Formats: sequence, C-alpha cells, structure tokens
Amino acid sequence: MNTFALIAIALPALGAVSTFAGGRDRRHARFWSTAPTLLAFLATLAVSVAHGTGGTSVQATRLAPAGGLEIWLGTRVTGLAAVIGILVTFVASCVQVYSLTYMKDDRRYATYAGLISLFTSAMLLVVFSADLIVLLVGWEIMGVCSYFLIGHYWEKPEARSGSIKAFLVTKTGDVPFLFGIIALGVQAGSFRISDVLFAATTPGDLHHTTLIAALLLCGALGKSAQFPLHSWLPDAMAGPTPISALIHAATMVAAGVYVIALLYPVFLLAPGVLTTLAVIAAITMTGAALAALAQTDIKKILAYSTVSQLAYMMGALAVGGRTAAIFHLVNHGAFKALLFLAAGVVIHRVGSNELSDFGGLRHRMPVAFGTMTVGLCALVGLPPFSGFFSKESVLGAAWQANGQFAAAGWIVLIAGIVTVVLTAAYSMRMWLKMFYGPFPEESSGDPSPAWPVEAPQSELVILTLLAIPSALLGFLALSRGTFDTWIGGYEGQVVSSLAAVDLNPILATSLIALAAALLGGGLVWLVWRRDPAGDPATILGPLRVPALRGFYFDEAQDFLLVRSTKALAGLVAFLDTEVIDAYVRGAGAGTRTVGGLVRRSQTGNVQLYLTVLLTGVIVIACVFAGQVG
Amino acid sequence: MSTLLVLLLLLPAAGIAALYLAPAELAARIGAAVGAAVLVLSLVLLPLFDYGHAGRMQGQLKLSWVPTIGLDFQLGIDGISLPLLLLTTLLAAICLFYAQRTTTADDKGRTFTALLLLLTIGMVGTFLAENLLLFFIFFEIVLIPMWALIHEWGSGKDNGADARRAANKFILYTLLGSALMLLGFIVIYSHAHTFDMVTLAQRPGFGLTTGVQATAFLLVGLGFAIKTPMWPLHTWLPDAHTAAPTTGSVLLAGVLLKMGTYGFIRIGIGLLPLGAHRFALALAAFGVVGIVYGALACIAQLRRGGDLKRLIAYSSVGHMGFVLLGLGSMTRVGIDGALFASVAHGLITGLLFFLAGGVKERLGTTDLYAIGRGLYGRARRYGVLVAFAAMASLGLPGLAGFWGELYVLIGAYKPAPGLNVLGFHILMGVAGLGMVLTAAYLLMLVRRICMAPPQGADGPSESSESGDADEVSETDQENEADEVRESSPSVPSSAASGSTTTGSAAIGSPIPAFADLTPRELISWLPLGALILAAGLWPAIILAVADPAVHALFGGVR
Repeated sequence: MNTFALIAIALPALGAVSTFAGGRDRRHARFWSTAPTLLAFLATLAVSVAHGTGGTSVQATRLAPAGGLEIWLGTRVTGLAAVIGILVTFVASCVQVYSLTYMKDDRRYATYAGLISLFTSAMLLVVFSADLIVLLVGWEIMGVCSYFLIGHYWEKPEARSGSIKAFLVTKTGDVPFLFGIIALGVQAGSFRISDVLFAATTPGDLHHTTLIAALLLCGALGKSAQFPLHSWLPDAMAGPTPISALIHAATMVAAGVYVIALLYPVFLLAPGVLTTLAVIAAITMTGAALAALAQTDIKKILAYSTVSQLAYMMGALAVGGRTAAIFHLVNHGAFKALLFLAAGVVIHRVGSNELSDFGGLRHRMPVAFGTMTVGLCALVGLPPFSGFFSKESVLGAAWQANGQFAAAGWIVLIAGIVTVVLTAAYSMRMWLKMFYGPFPEESSGDPSPAWPVEAPQSELVILTLLAIPSALLGFLALSRGTFDTWIGGYEGQVVSSLAAVDLNPILATSLIALAAALLGGGLVWLVWRRDPAGDPATILGPLRVPALRGFYFDEAQDFLLVRSTKALAGLVAFLDTEVIDAYVRGAGAGTRTVGGLVRRSQTGNVQLYLTVLLTGVIVIACVFAGQVG
Repeated sequence: MSTLLVLLLLLPAAGIAALYLAPAELAARIGAAVGAAVLVLSLVLLPLFDYGHAGRMQGQLKLSWVPTIGLDFQLGIDGISLPLLLLTTLLAAICLFYAQRTTTADDKGRTFTALLLLLTIGMVGTFLAENLLLFFIFFEIVLIPMWALIHEWGSGKDNGADARRAANKFILYTLLGSALMLLGFIVIYSHAHTFDMVTLAQRPGFGLTTGVQATAFLLVGLGFAIKTPMWPLHTWLPDAHTAAPTTGSVLLAGVLLKMGTYGFIRIGIGLLPLGAHRFALALAAFGVVGIVYGALACIAQLRRGGDLKRLIAYSSVGHMGFVLLGLGSMTRVGIDGALFASVAHGLITGLLFFLAGGVKERLGTTDLYAIGRGLYGRARRYGVLVAFAAMASLGLPGLAGFWGELYVLIGAYKPAPGLNVLGFHILMGVAGLGMVLTAAYLLMLVRRICMAPPQGADGPSESSESGDADEVSETDQENEADEVRESSPSVPSSAASGSTTTGSAAIGSPIPAFADLTPRELISWLPLGALILAAGLWPAIILAVADPAVHALFGGVR
C-alpha cells in the first residue's frame, strides 16, 4: 500500500511537470491536469482498501545525511493519512474537472491547472510523508502554490496584496513550526514521524515539550487561519473560486488540523498549550462567525465561515477529541468545497460577488439552489446532514471533557453553541438573499431574460457529486466507532472497535445546538420577512461595521507590524550609508593621506596594492628571519 | 588526478596566452572555449574522486617552490573543496559563454576576457591550494582582475566615477582583510613552523594555547569576514555589486564570497578549533544581525529610487549571515549547512544577477521603478524565471536555498559543547524573524516588477501623490513598499544617485519593450536553474560529498 501512496504523490507531480512543459496548449493541459489527479484518487482508494484498519506501515529511503541525523524520503501510511488522502484527491479531482469549463476562457489556464496538480502532490506529501522534514517540504510547497494561485489575476491589486499577505502570514507561523520540528528531531534523534511519536510516548525522552508544542502550534494556526494568524484567508478569496474551494476551504487549510492530529502525543504532553488552543479556537470561531454575518461578498462569507469551522476542529483537538476533529475535517471538506463551487456557478452567471446583486435565483438555478441548500444545512448542522453529526461529535467531546481538558471543554462548548447561533444566522441570510426575494434587476423593472443553461453539465455533475457526501457522510457516526477504527490510534496503532471513540450525538448537546440553530436562523428569517430587500445583517447592530471590517485586525496589524518594519528599514538604509559606511569613508580618507606620501611618485591604486603586498612579503621575511635566528 | 588539478590552473593561463596570439575578434570565443574546457576538466574529477574517502585530501601534489619561506606549490581536493570548485568552474564557464555577446572585438574586449580567465585561475587556485601562502597568493590574484572589471567596465553616474569609487573601496577593503589574514598565517607559522595545511590539519590546533589560536583566528577571521562579508564589514559589497558588470557581479557573489566561507571552514575552524570556539558566538551573532539587517536594507531598496542589483547585493549579506550562523555553531551539521548554503547562494544569486544583467542590457537601467511592471505579461518566461529565482532565494523547500538554512538552524539548535545554548536559541529566533523579512522583500520584489498590468516607468506625478493609484487600497505588506517610498525624502544618497540619471530618462515613457529570454540567455541560465532544482530535491548530491569531509574536519569526533 506504500507503493500506492507513492503513486498517488507522484502522479499529480508528473501531471504538473507535464502541464508546465506543455506551454499554453490547452488540450494538453486539460488532459495532464485531470487524468493524473483522477488516477491519484484511485490510488488513494487503493491505499485505503489495502490498509483497511491495519496500524502503520512505513517505507523510506535515505534522502540526505544531516550530521548524525538523517532525512528519509518515503511514505508512512496510517488510517488517518489514508482518510485524508481520499479527501484531498476527491476534492482535487472535482475541482480539476469543474475547472475544465469554469476556467475555459482563461488565458493562463495551463499554469493554473499545473499549480493545482503541484498543490495536490504537495498536500499528499504532507499526508503520507514518513519524515517531518519532508512533510515540511510539502507544507511549504502547498503554501507557495497557494501564493501563486491567489495571485492568478495578478493584474488586480487585491490579488497582489492577497497573495503576498497569505504567504507572509503563513510564513510567520511556518518559521516557529520549523523550529519546533528541529527541536523534536534533535531531541528524538530522528526526524522520522514514527521515531518522534515513539519518543513522545516514552516518558523523559522529550524536554521543553510546552515550548515545542507551542512552536508547532504556530505553524498549524498559520496554515489553518486561526487567530491571530487568520487574516490572510478572507483576502485569499481574490483567487479563482475553484481554488478557494480546494485550497482555501477543503484541503490546505485543514493541514494545520491534520498536523496536530498527527503529532497529537506531543501536544498531549503540553496541557497548557491545548488550553491555549481552546481559547484561540473560541475566539476564532465566534469572531469569524460574526464577521461572516456582516460580510457582503459571498466568497468572504464563506471564507470567514471556513475560519470559524476550522476553529471547531481546533476546539475538538483542544479537548482531546482527535477523532471528532478529523470527522469534522472530512465532512467540512466535502460541504465547504460544495458551497464554494456552487457559489462559483452562481457568481459566473450573475457576474458579481456582492450579496446585494443576488436574489430569487432558486428557479433560475435549480441545481445550484438544491446543492447549496444541502451544503448550508450541513454547515448549520441540521440533522441528518453530515455537518450535524460532526459538529455534534465536537460538542460532545467538549461536553464529555474531563480531567486536564475540563476547563478547555467548557470554553469550547460555550463558544461552540454561540457559534451555532451565528452560523445559522449567516447561512440563513446568505440563503435567503441569494435564492429568495426579488432579483435586483427585476425590482428595477427590467426583467432579465430567462437563462436557458444554468451552467455546463460537468459543473453541475460535480456539484451533485459533492452533495452526496455532504448529505450522507454523517451517518458514519451512527455505526459505533467505525470512523475511529478507520483513522487509528494516536501513534498510528490499530484501535479495536470496542475501545474506539463513539461519535454518536449526545442528546443534551444535540437539543441545545438545534435550539441555537433555530434561534439564529429564525431571527434572521424574521428580520428578512419584514424587509426582503434589506440586509438582515442589521441585527448585529453597532457590531456590524467592525465585523464587516474584520474587527480592524488588518489595521492593527498594519499599524504594529508593517509600519514598524517600514521604519526599521528606513533606519537601516540611513545607518548603512550614513554611519557604517562613514567610518569606511573616513578610513579611506585617512589611508589616502598616509598613502599620499607613499605614492607621491606613483598614480593609481594598483601601485598602492603592490605596495601593501610588498610590505606583507617583507614582514614574512622578517618573521622568518626571526624564526631562523 | 593531481595532473588534472594542475591543468585546471594551466588551462586558463594558456588561454590568456592564446588570447594575445590570436586576433582580437576571436578573444571572446577563445574565452568561452577555455571556460568550457575548464568546466569539462573539473567534471572529469567527479568519476575520479574517491567518495569512500571524501574526507581525505585527494590528488595531492607538492612541489617545492620557495623553501626559504615555506612556500610550496601544494594542491589537493576533498569533499569540502570539490563542490565549491565545481561551482567555480561552472559559473566561470557560464560567464565566459555569456560574455561573448557583450565583449567588443578590440583590445579592450581582449583584456576583458583575459581578466575573466585570470580571475578563474585565482578562484580555482584558492579552492585547490593546500599551503597557506599559496592560498594567500591565489586569494590575492583574484583581487586585481575584479578591481579592473569594476573600475573599467563598471557603470555608475558621472561617467563611471561611481564605479571607480566602488572599485577602490572594494580593493582597499579586501586588501586590509588580506593583510590581517597574512598576519594570522604568520602567527600560525611562527608556532607550527609550516604553512602546509594538510600537516596542520592532521593535528588541529597543533598544540597552540587557546590564546595564540584566538589571536590567529581573530586576524585570519577578520580577513575572511570582510570577504564573506560579515556585518558590519559589508559596505564594500553593495557598491561593488551595483557597479560591476554582469559577469563581475555573478562571480563576485557566486564565488568570491565563498572564498571567505571556505577560508573560515578550512583554516579558521579546521586549523584553529580552539580559537574559533572562542569567537563562535560572536561570529554567529554578527551573522544573524546581518540576516535581519540585510533583509531590512532590501526592503528599503524597494522604495522609489531603489536598485535591483543593490537589492540583490544586500540579500547576499543576509544569506551569508546564515552561513556565518552555521559556522558559529561549530557543529558538523551546522558546517554542512554553511557549505550547502554557500553553494546554493552561488547558484541562486548568480542566477539573480544574470537576470538583473539581462534587465540592464534591455533597458539600460536596473532602477526598480524604471523597469516598469507586469513582467509576467510583457516577457512571460523572463518573469517566471525571476519568480523562480526569488522563491529559491527565500528558501523555499524543494529548491536549493532551503537545505542550507535548515541545516544551519539544526546546528544552531544544538551548538558545539561549551557554547552558550541559550544564546544560540535567541540567535535562532532572530534568524527566524529574518526569514520572514527575507520572504517579504522577495515577494515585494516580484510584485514590483512581475505583477500588475504592464506599465512603463512611473511618472513623477503619479508617485509623489500616492504611489501607483491602484496600490493605495492594497493593505498590509503591500503598503510597506509603497508608503516607505512616499515618506522618504531622505533616500540614501548613494542609492538615489545611481538611479536618478538613468531613471529620469525613462520617466513618463511608454512601456519599454522587454524582449523575452534569448537562446543565449536560456543556455547560460538553464544549468543554474536545473541545479537549483536538483540540489533542492536531492540535497545528497552535495551533502554526500561534503558531510564526510566536514566530519573529518573535526577529527571525526563530533
């Protein structure tokens, strides 16, 4: 099965190379971007089938010596990796096929498709890598693909700033992450994940675990866009919509969650860090949901919603609910990809991202309406859609948290339920504003012609394909412990179905959450019914403007970091020319004065040089003479 | 094998002779042929090299030259010098090939080619020499042609007066370093009674007390620190790079700086371990300051009036800061990293300077605001190559720049016994800050010249108000560049002076046409790009050779 994993990593990489090599040949690019990705999907299925529920299997060869340490290139297949691998290739395949028509008028389609393939390969490298350093390689290549894809429309200023911001903010997390990996590797004596996990479960092998876990957490927060490294994700929406679906909703942003789950034994050694994570998750999920409720750009609504949902996963990890976190990750991957792609179809037709330009689309775009409704129901967590079960598993984990997780449990539980209210509110607002009420053009007395075609067939097929897991995946929770036996234990060991974590919804939290969802959705519905043309975001009251602006986080960041960097750069430029170089010039002037005596009969610096050299030789001779004498 | 080593030195010398026998029109072609021959010769070393004993000096040759002062003509090669030697021959060959187009078919062109060949002799000799005095001689040979290249072929305002000033600064600076280095060698000699580096390396420290070693290291180290260059001894570098012709910049950054690194490893740490240990933390600290300082200076270059070549030059200060941090850790992995980073920097910065040279050739300026924007659209392949080089330079994993930094940081995490661990961890943190800043300026550079709708040089009215109108709204780091530019009445005098004359000519002009990659450029630059990728994907191609040699450097202890 390691061979299948290797094939899954290699195929999209090959596809990327071939796509790039083909220049702007569209047919070539179409073939080489879709076929390898689809095959990689089959390969990950094969990995999963071959793996079953059987522990861990590692296959690696030495990549490079590292002064006593070594770096290994290879695959490590666990149940967790197999599940995430399927998610990645499934969504990537959907996005590649969807892009065939969605991006068909784009001049730079080939570059775009090649970057997606490269991204898919890098993500699979993160998922299947046997070595932390190689994982980091994939991790950063994902980041740079994201950078280039956000900057796809580089003629637009928001794409330029969004791409740089995404790279720099995640890099700010990646540097501590790198330090954490170095610390882990050096202390464990190996960068191999199995060795590191072994060291983490052997008492006394690792020191300063709190610091290490905190460093690793920074990387995860950056990649998964959690406070205070979240600000890049809303701006990343400047990229093409399919990219938002794949990278900025379903896969890459989940990598942070994945890495914490992967190295969970290390985090369990640092309870303080997990409690901090709970606080961060609570701030992020409520804050982002508030911001989502105020946004007017539907992609930004979905982006903030992603941030908020990722915080659920982080919250689950903070209270010991690793299985719940991964379950929500998979479900969220499906329904958020669906939401973005459906939104893309609508955006293409309407030609705008602004919520105020939509309305009454339910008859004109029935497939988008139907699938988006499924996606939103899953997002809100209405039974029996997938999101209900996975969100309940997170809340259940928080409810049941005890011992070292007790405090974190309360924080996540309360924030989680508040967020359910907000999630239902922003989902309801988006749903009503997009599909109900008058279409803005009609209200102005200009009936727009009926749309004969909603979107190309292939796009609608993809939406339907994604709607199925969005609706049904949740039922996995009902079969006791199946999902937990699939993903395996903390160190990749087999989990017997008796000891497996049960993801069945708990009655108490289910009822509270449902009530919360009805409250949030109902409130928005009431406001909307009074004024269908208005914006239900008004229920936020005085919070609305700050929420729309992301609580002025960008402004604060700009003030604290960007300006100070700027000032420092100016200072350095001044220092370099006026201070440091001044003593050089001073010394030069001094030399000239002295040298002036020497070279009275000479001109030019070569002579000066020869003089110095000659002096040197004389000195040698003297010393030599001294030695002999 | 030793014959090969001698041939590597004789061939360029023969080339110089041939230049003056043949008519001047052939000069450039002879140069390119000799460069290619030297490269091929050095590649022949690869199958001959005994990888099982990469730590041992191979192909040794020892001819008595001036016995009275202990000067022997003594050559050899091991796993530390082999990668650097190959880097040198590769870059020299590429430069000689590339220079064919710009070299004039007259006596001046002949001199230019001869200087490049002389430079090659010096560079190759430095990495081959196994006698301290011989090392010194080769080290010095390099200076004259480089000085002449900058002085005569350099560019700057006042009809090249800037270039001449830069050349003089370069030579004064490095001469000072050389003099100190020589003094250090003499200190070594006065105690060990030999200049033979192989003999010296067999008993590192040769029984010297820490005090004497420290004195010798301080002297030798200052010489190398100027060459490397270490902050705050770097100020010759931006001027020299900005003024030098393309091939000069490439060799200066690609090879000459590595002579400093190599000296630190081979002589500083290899021969004077106790002395190096005493100054290790200081070395690392200066390196780390250089990382942050270089990055900030680069960010400042992105203001109006900034210069592409000067920016790349400052980025070298940052990258060599990593090398110094690795050296300072005094560990096997740290020095592996320093060596790897040196080679990677040679490839990456070499490519960057070539790209800057291409810009200069096309537009006559490297002023960042006269180049115009939207290179992705105006010259697609060129733009992509710029982005590729920038990504490599910021240390993207999968490209060459990453591994050096990684190994250096591993070394710094666990420095050699006796060194201040907490101090090194603090330095690591600062270096991490530098990594983020490095990413910042390289991305800003890509945005400045590659992105945005194609447009020519910015007119003065446009900029004095609010930068490019479309960028006002851009938030965050984007503002960093633009606002710095607006609020900078005190543009550094040297930076501004270099560009105002050239810049003003382009102001208000339409989009300057920008030809995409030419075949010659493609052939010259492809090897660099391919090696950056290869070393990034399979770092063992360098480390497998270097690691045993570094291990041997420590007497196989650590």
